[in-house]
Amino acid sequence: MANLAAVVGIGQTKYMTKRLDVSIAGLVREAAVNALQDADLTWDDIDAVILGKAPDMFEGVIMPEAYLTDALGCNGKPMLRVHTAGSVGGSTALVAASHVQSGMFKRVLTVAFEKQSESNAMWALSNPQPFSTHLNAGAGGYFAPIIREYMRRSNAPYNVGIKVAVKDRLHGARNPLAHLQKPDITMQEVEDSFMLWDPIRFLEACPSSDGACAMIIANEELADKSAKKPAWIRGVAMRSEPTMFAGRDEVNPQAGRDCAADVYKQAGITDPRKDLDCAEVYVPFSWYEPMWLENLGFAPEGEGWKLTMEGATSLDEGGDIPWNCSGGVLSSNAIGASGMIRFAEAARQVRGDAGAHQVEGAKLALGHAYGGGAQFFAMWVVGSEKP
Amino acid sequence: MSEEQEVVTVVKAPVYLKYNFTAGAAPARFLAQIKKGVLTGQRCPKCSAVYVPPRGSCGGCGVATEEEVVLSNKATVQSFTIVYIPIPNNPIEPPYIIANVVPDGANISFIHLMSECVNEDVHIGARVEAVWKPKEEWDFAMDNIRYYRPIDEPNVPVDQIGKLPVTGLEG
Repeated sequence: MANLAAVVGIGQTKYMTKRLDVSIAGLVREAAVNALQDADLTWDDIDAVILGKAPDMFEGVIMPEAYLTDALGCNGKPMLRVHTAGSVGGSTALVAASHVQSGMFKRVLTVAFEKQSESNAMWALSNPQPFSTHLNAGAGGYFAPIIREYMRRSNAPYNVGIKVAVKDRLHGARNPLAHLQKPDITMQEVEDSFMLWDPIRFLEACPSSDGACAMIIANEELADKSAKKPAWIRGVAMRSEPTMFAGRDEVNPQAGRDCAADVYKQAGITDPRKDLDCAEVYVPFSWYEPMWLENLGFAPEGEGWKLTMEGATSLDEGGDIPWNCSGGVLSSNAIGASGMIRFAEAARQVRGDAGAHQVEGAKLALGHAYGGGAQFFAMWVVGSEKP
Repeated sequence: MSEEQEVVTVVKAPVYLKYNFTAGAAPARFLAQIKKGVLTGQRCPKCSAVYVPPRGSCGGCGVATEEEVVLSNKATVQSFTIVYIPIPNNPIEPPYIIANVVPDGANISFIHLMSECVNEDVHIGARVEAVWKPKEEWDFAMDNIRYYRPIDEPNVPVDQIGKLPVTGLEG
């Protein structure tokens, strides 16, 4: 049985298109210093550093963990880098958590980042291979046909994605750190925005952001005397599956379902919609909200879109299970950090420290990330109370 | 001393990567066949699924594929997207269709361009066929197939997509 661990500090940067005032090192240090301040700790209190980012090809900086050791105070300390594509921010947090839960370390700093202004993600995700035709379609071109298949299967109305795009931007307008600030966004505006990869419109896709997110995870003894209320880690799970195999359900991947079942079991959750107070789920394209509502068991298969349309996932509509109160990936997408932001925002909710996007009285929250061809999944459940 | 200097924030430093691609046994056979104008897949000895392009193993079963299977020029649209942004260094003009197509005889789709079609008429289950480049341009490349175009055949029922034999819908 794993030892107890908790999030005792959270630090983020303001997400934006270009952070020209800092290098990558400056960016990750800013998030780390914010987390140390939040925890009322110093560099000397950290035993090890776990860093995550998406593919090195993005910024063209190979093995950035080597160059970032000094910026992250790792001199003389263990440092480890994690990479699981877009889910990396989540899996990095889980690797950090496991270093504490195992008893290996007492207090660990974990950081994830992306500096998209120095990168070309579309290019980096579209390198030519002679056994396939080179179409440079990027992530949107990959996920659009999967979304189309979901729409066919579920018979969902055409405007479900539009509703998610509005809802998450209204949530983001409550969060000063969110990249997109669109408090006046309307369904019409999203519908009128230009089509990128049909059925994905411009405003149904995530932005490109610079940013970093950091957390400090401590063991029970240290968490009990932490400066601010800790977020107790109640369950952790990762699953993966190959990108391509015959008969693979790309709309509702088995690895996602298995990962959710595992993390719910650990946290004693039998009905996620009822038992959880809120969730931060990786939704880079609007239609992934109804798809993941089903994959994660919040709704029966084919009915996730009904929760979205009823307003169940909306803070502004008083929904019973608000999703992505921070604005989600649709409001800020520093790719490598995006998964960790979900995990950190879930922790902020149960710490009661989420500011204007706080879900009142949140006690149990889910953090979720996915990556690659929807093949890597990372999830945790955090709670306000010690299990 | 007091002379104002321009603040340097970004310096462009392009990185170029040139790879030698070691195809490996399965893609090497696939590429040798496609140079001859033949589309081939490989069958999983465990679940019988036929993979194209073959990468040497079945991702579902985790076993090596060896039996080579010749596939049809005809295929079915499993899903697709209409793309409204241009491909860098490619003359094709948006909006164009990228489709996930499953050739008859295979059990998995790959992505390719569609052309000679009305974009609005393309749908899941539509029948298409490969249009090849002129023979003298064939190389060790999937691009020997220039694109897929619609053909006048009945739609494939959704539960049959990816399951047709090499002889097609009529079996």
